[in-house]
Parts: sequence; structure tokens; C-alpha cells
Amino acid sequence: MSKPSDLVQGTLDMLILKILALEPLNGWAVGQRLKQISGGMLQVSDGSLYPALHKLEQQGWIRAEWKSSVNNRRAKFYSLTRIGRKQLEKESASWNSLSAAISGIVNLKEAST
Amino acid sequence: MSIQQWFYALPLRLRSLFRRKQADQDLKDELRDHLELEIAQNLSRGMSPEDSRSSAVRDLGGVTQIEERCREARGVSSIQDFFQDLRYGVRQLRRSPGFSVLAILCLTLGIGANATVFSWVEGLLLRPYPLVAHQERLVALTGTTPDSENPETSWPDLLEIQRSCTLIDSVIASKITGATLSIGDHADVTTGSIVSANYFDAIGVRPMLGRGFQPGEDSGRNAHPIAVISYRLWKDRFNGDPEIIGKTQRFSNVVFTIVGVAPEGFFGTFVGRAMNFWVPASMEEAFEGGGYKLDDRGARWVEGYVRLKPGVTRQQAQQEISTVASRLEAVYPATNRGHGLQLWPLWETPFNHASTLRPTLEIMVAVAAFVFLIACANVSNLLLVRSFARRQEMTVRLAIGAGRGRLLKQLLTEGLLLSTFGAAGGMLVAYWCRHALALLLTLYLPGEMDSRVLALSAGVCLIATLLVGLVPAFQARHVDLASALRAESTGVVGARGAAWLRSSLVVLQVCLSFVLLVGAGLLIKSLHEVRTASPGFSTSKVLDTSAPLVAAGYDAPRAKVFQDQLMDRVRSLPGVESAGYGRVTPLGYIPFSETPIAVDGYIPSPGEQPTVEYNQVSPAYFPTLGIAITSGREFTRDDDENAPLVAIVNRTMAARYWRGKDPVGQRLQVKGKWAQVVGVAADSKYESMSESPRPFFYVPLRQDFDREPELYIRTAQPPQTIVAALTREVRALDANLALYETITLQEQVDRSTSTQLVAVTLVGILGGLALLLASVGLYGLMSYAVSQSTRELGLRMALGAGVFNVLRMVISRGLTLTAAGILAGIATAFALTRLLGGYLYHVNPRDPLAFGSGLAVMMITAVAACLLPAWRAARTDPARALRD
Repeated sequence: MSKPSDLVQGTLDMLILKILALEPLNGWAVGQRLKQISGGMLQVSDGSLYPALHKLEQQGWIRAEWKSSVNNRRAKFYSLTRIGRKQLEKESASWNSLSAAISGIVNLKEAST
Repeated sequence: MSIQQWFYALPLRLRSLFRRKQADQDLKDELRDHLELEIAQNLSRGMSPEDSRSSAVRDLGGVTQIEERCREARGVSSIQDFFQDLRYGVRQLRRSPGFSVLAILCLTLGIGANATVFSWVEGLLLRPYPLVAHQERLVALTGTTPDSENPETSWPDLLEIQRSCTLIDSVIASKITGATLSIGDHADVTTGSIVSANYFDAIGVRPMLGRGFQPGEDSGRNAHPIAVISYRLWKDRFNGDPEIIGKTQRFSNVVFTIVGVAPEGFFGTFVGRAMNFWVPASMEEAFEGGGYKLDDRGARWVEGYVRLKPGVTRQQAQQEISTVASRLEAVYPATNRGHGLQLWPLWETPFNHASTLRPTLEIMVAVAAFVFLIACANVSNLLLVRSFARRQEMTVRLAIGAGRGRLLKQLLTEGLLLSTFGAAGGMLVAYWCRHALALLLTLYLPGEMDSRVLALSAGVCLIATLLVGLVPAFQARHVDLASALRAESTGVVGARGAAWLRSSLVVLQVCLSFVLLVGAGLLIKSLHEVRTASPGFSTSKVLDTSAPLVAAGYDAPRAKVFQDQLMDRVRSLPGVESAGYGRVTPLGYIPFSETPIAVDGYIPSPGEQPTVEYNQVSPAYFPTLGIAITSGREFTRDDDENAPLVAIVNRTMAARYWRGKDPVGQRLQVKGKWAQVVGVAADSKYESMSESPRPFFYVPLRQDFDREPELYIRTAQPPQTIVAALTREVRALDANLALYETITLQEQVDRSTSTQLVAVTLVGILGGLALLLASVGLYGLMSYAVSQSTRELGLRMALGAGVFNVLRMVISRGLTLTAAGILAGIATAFALTRLLGGYLYHVNPRDPLAFGSGLAVMMITAVAACLLPAWRAARTDPARALRD
């Protein structure tokens, strides 16, 4: 149950928001999706996932509902709220500019000495 | 968080706060679902059922931790923690009731003292007038003169302020007066106010029956004989008559129509007295005599208040009013030259008791703060002792993962619990004590417990929480896991590393109590000096009374006849040695007359206008009051209005203006007329016991007549006997007359020093409390030290230390702390008692006697506080102490 220390704090939030922007999912499925999409690059333990989901819910960005799932069982589904969507746009934009800046720096040609 | 976010989050938060079980159950379900889904997936990948489960559980991690972190994410855990701490704190308090009661008692005293004093300050100085609206914008208005005497202003000047000042809402006149009120066959004297017609509207008080005054009712000579009466007068004297409006009532021989009854709880606008009736200014003459003054700019009799417009400061209004005053000086030089106008904050109002009460209250504020600090130090110390006892508990909690922040919260919560109980107790104390000052001062003071007193107490309570909660928390910082595992009871008296904190708290207590003791000592000595100093006249055998002739409508000729007849009757009463009249009683509230003087051969220095106060007295005044005539003669019946003007000067005046020559036979100019000095009287006290000798002179009452002088009777008879006889004689002369209060001159002197007495009493009581608290603190510290070091004591005794050695060891440790506290106290007192200088009479603020007795009392108390622990130490059984 290692903490996602290699994930910048807040990045996990953004990833969860992005995943939920595609479709409402339950907690387990969010975890699965994270692993799938990142191809195992991002190791997010299930232990950190739930507190993160609850925090997002508290901030009003996602909403939880108990719904029947495919196999006719009740499960807690998370979906994005309207302000959650705005938050995602904001975070994506700032992530894009940040990553562009960083990759710009990383790709600088080193002066030959 | 934005409002939109709250829209989503608030229901969730409320749910997790109030439907916590449901929320927790949902969380459990969610995690269970997760496990089931994970297991199902693992199974589908071909894992064995056992492996599927254990792998899923391993991946998820500790369910309890996740639940805890999810709860934290809900953001209400701190509130839940708080309630948990609160429950735990209550349990802790109930577990050690002795400690809890002691701690709460200490805080009750500390907070109660502050709440009481503040309710006095609030009720007397800041917002002294119940039911009056916006008192924060009310300021007192007086006139000023070059010599700062007679601070009243005139009616035309008041109207001028009303007309030309733009920064003020309203100006009201409110002048205290008295009237004889006869209802049925019962007559007595009651106090009321002469007010402007806008009075009730301006202060926002609506009479509960009838009406207030209407514009214009404060003009015209005796034109509007109407009155509003107080609720209490209505209840007591009119039996709450619902048909009272429109009925008539005689006030001072003038028939008034009652137009209104003031609401319950409204006492007028005079600190120290409750008003019973209000009459418009047009009726001023009926109460005070001296002609119609509303058109006379030179007649200064008005006292009043100004209500500032919102946002206007007193300084701004003062500037505007000063401009008006200088314009008036320019336009009416005859009446207004040298006269200004001044605004005062309510707590400095010169014409009521606010200004005399203020110094006492200032001392009390400081003293209450001291008591509060001592109480907090005490409770901190108690909590510290307990935190040692709870070391084990703290260690365990830290070991199983409680954060230090969480422990700090716990300790603060316990502190809050104690101080809340203390504050509740303190409010009760304040509630019971708010009238105590009024009783002590024999003044009327509406003590009020309003929201501001509550707010202050809450603030004090918060400070107490921090003070008493943080000290043990500071200590808890040092709890370290390893050392706490060792069992420990190997202390040595006074040698524990952590004991310095507790010791310094005791030193602080001793220091503060010592300062209070010295302060109390200084005030007691000063009071003793004042009360034993001779006022220069006899006090014990002389009675003082008067009859309200002005209010009863006597003009000067009738008053003269009445006075002569009464004097003849009084002189013939059995047991009366002598009797005389005087216009003003020394050491009272009424000011003496004052006049510029001139003396042959005395050339004033440039800019000096010699002005001297004087009194109008009858024959036999001097022997009756026991003031010696050291040269010349006293006044006789022949010194009347038809005889040449004469005067008697006092010795200080003779020395200053005649340079030691005998002034008898010389001339003195009084109010522009020459009088011959016929005698020299001994000096006495005139306005206050603490004044230094000052020039003063006397003129015959008949040559500067006053209709309502005081009557002095020298007699060995008890006052009641004389009062009964006197009342009979007065009634025989005029059946409608009642006497004002009869007191001995000793009472007069005592009253003039009553605020000092109250200050001494209160500082004494609080000083005693502080001493008690400090000794409890010392006792607690020493008991604890002894209980922690039984092994050491046992060892010493086994090695041959006698009972006396052990006693000495414990007591000397206590006395070392006391000595340190006293040293700090002496330094503090040296710095602080200077501030008392203004309150002290003939006492040096560094008076060695006060410091010495403070030292003695503190030392004796310290020895007493250490004796019991020392005795317990000496009875340690060495065998048992070493075995355990």
C-alpha cells in the first residue's frame, strides 16, 4: 500500500476526474482503468484511491450514487459534476502548459564542452 | 471552497456529521464490493479461491486505515475528535473530583473577579444608563472657566449649541435636583432631574404610560408644571395607579400634573443616584430658586449631555463646540468672557459620581487581572501534576499512533472544559457581586450583566484555556517513549528536571500575591492616615441636617424668620450645647462660593487674580464645629444685613495675604465690596481630607444670605433623640416641611473617604484571595514533591536524618521558592506602586512598613503551606519507603 509518492499531488485527482469524465464508474473500476490506461506506469494502490475519491466527492467535483450494476448488484458509482468538469478543464490546461514547459527544458540540447 | 462546491459538499458533510453510522456503513459496503469484484476478477484469471482472496486483501491494504483516511477526507473528523475529547475530558474530571473542584473553583474566582469588575466598569462608566439608546455616542457637556470652577453652562448657550453645531444629533439638559414630595401625611425628599423638552426623545426612552415632554415645554417662566415620574415612584407612592396620568401632585409646593410614567428599569442619567421624577427646564426656578434663568446667559446651572452623530469623534465635536464658545465670547463678552464649553467621555463626567468611582475601578481592574493570573498559574500547576500522573497514558497513546497535535488538542479541550465551568461559576459570582459595590458605596448603581460582560467573560475564559491547557501540553512535548517505559518513583525533593516549570509557576504566584499584599498594605495605611487625620473640626458630637426651604417656596424674608425661630427652638432643646448655620458643609459634594479678592498692601504678581473660596456662616458656627478663633472675634447676631461687612479669614490666608501680620482690623475686598476682617480662624479641611492647607474665609450668613443652609448641632445626645425632637420643632413651624437626612460630621468625613474605603476593602478581599490561591499552589507543589520522593526521604532517614532535618529540608525548599517570588515581587511592586501614588494620602508608594508586612504575611503563609507536606515527609517510614 505504498503511497503514490511518484505522482505529483493533485495529479491523481486529475486522472480520476478524467476517467470519470468518460463514464460513471465504481471505485474498483476506476482503479482498474487507471492501471489499464497508464499501462502499469502509474502504480496507484487501491488504498490511496478511496480516500482520493472521498476527497473529490467532498469538494463537490464528483458525485456518488448507489446504483445497480450489470450483474444486478448495488454498487457505488461515481460521476463527474458540472463544476467537476470545469475543474478538470482547468487542471488539464495547467498540466498541458506545465508539461510543455518541462519537456521543453528536458529536451534542451546540451552545449558541447 | 466556492459556493457551488458547498452546494454539493454541504449535504455530505451534514450527513457524515449527523448520520455517521450510515456513512460508515456505506464506506464498509463500498470496500466490501471492491474486494468481491477483485476476487471475482482474480478467480476469472484462474487463481485458486484462497489466493484470489488473499491477493485482493493484500492489494487493497489495511481496511481500517483506509476507512480512517476516508473519514479524514470527509473533513468533519476534527469536530468528531473534539466531541470525543470532550467526553474523555469529562470522564477525566469525574475520575478525580477533588482536582476538578479545586481547579474549577480557582478559575471561578479568577474569571468571576474579572467579570464582576468589568460589569461595574460597564455599568458605571461605559454604559451607565439602562434603557438609554446609543450610549456610545453620548458625551457629557460642561462649561469651563479660567479657574476651572463652577463647570455648568447656561441655558441660552445650550440652545446656541443646539442651533449651530452640525456634528451633533441633540443636546439634552439633565440637572439633578431634589424636591419634597408629600403624599397623604407622609413627606420626604426625593431626587429628580430638570431636563430639556427633548430629553426622552433624544435618549430614546418612551414613557410606559402617558407621554414625555413636547417641544416648547422647556420655555416660559413656570409655564409648564408637568412631570414624568419613575416606575418605582409610581409603584411605591402611587400604588401603581393605572389612572395616574392627568392627576396632580405637589413637588416642592408647586402643583404638577403627571403626564407620564417612565418605563421600568429607567433610572435617569446620573451615575450614583436613581431619579424619581423629571420636570421640564421651564420649572427650574421652582426647584432651585434664584430667579428665572432661561433667558440669562450669565446664569450657569445646566448640566447635560450631547449625542454625537454616528461616526463623529468627541474631538471633532469638541472643535466645533469650541468654535461656538469663542463666538459666544466675542458676541457676549459681559457674560461669556473666559467661558468655554467642554465635552467629556461618560466615564469622566464631572458632575456625577463617575469621576470619583473611576480611580477605584481602575485599581480593581488591575487587581482582578492579577487574581486571574494567579488562579491560572494555580490551575496550570494542578494540571501539570496530573499530567505527570497521566504520563503513562500519554505514552501509550503516542505509542499506538496518536499524533502529538492530537494530544495537544486533547489537553486544550480539557483546559477548555475547566475554564468553561470556571466561566459559568464566574458569571454567577459576578451576578451576585454586581450590587456589592452599590451597597459598599451607599450609592444607587444599576449593575448590569449585558452581552458585553458575557463577551468579556468568554474572552477571559479563552485566555484561561490557553494558559492552563498549554502549560501541561508544553510539558507533554517532552514525553519520550523510551524513558516512559521505565517505572519511576525515584524523585528527589526539589531536584526533578521537569520541576522547574512548576516551581516557576509558584514563584509567579508568590510574586503577584506579594504585589497585591503590598498594594493592599499601602491603601490600608493611606486610609488609616486619612481617617485618623483631624479635619480641623469636631466630628463626633456634631450633627448636620437641613430643611428644604427653597423647594418649599420660602423667599428670603420668610426664610430668615424661619431660621431664627428654628435656631431659638433648637438651642432650647435639652442636651444641645450649641448650634449654628453654614451654607456648605466641608468635605461634601456642594462647592463653596468663590470670589476674587483684593487686600490692602498685597500686590498680586502679573497675571495673578487671587481667588479664594469662602463659606457663609451664622453666629456660633465656630464653637459648634469646634474651629478655634485664634485672634479677634467670631460673628455675632449684630453682624447682619444692616451692619458693616465683616469677614473671618483662616490662618493660611492670613499668612499668605498679610504676610504674618495680624489681619484683624484690616480690609478684604469680597465680590467687589470691602469688608473688615474681625477674626482669624484655625485651618481645617474644606474639600477633601487629602488637600494641603489652603486660604479660606468666612462671611456672616446674613450678609450673603442663603435660604437653605445646613444646620449644625453640638450635642452629647444620641442622634435619634435629637432628630425626633428636631422634626417636632420643624413641624411646629411648618407642617409641610420634612428634614433632609441627619448625619454626624464623622459620617460626613467617612463619606468623603468612602471610595478609598471601598478600594481598600476590595483590594483587601482580592489580595486575601490571591494569598489563599498562592498558598494552595505552594502547598500543592510541596505535597507533590514529597509524595514523589518518599524513597529518597526514607533513605535519608535510614541513614540517620532526624525528623527535624526532614522538616527543615522540605520547608526550606518551600521558603526558597517563596523568597524567589518575594524578590521578584519586590522588584515588581517597586515598579508598580508608583502608579498608586495618586490614591495615597501621606504614604510613600515605597513605604517600608507596607513592604515589610507584605513580606511577613507572605512568609508566614508560605511556612503554613509547607508545614503539612513537611510533616507528612517527616512521618515517612524508612523501612516501607525503601521496600516499596
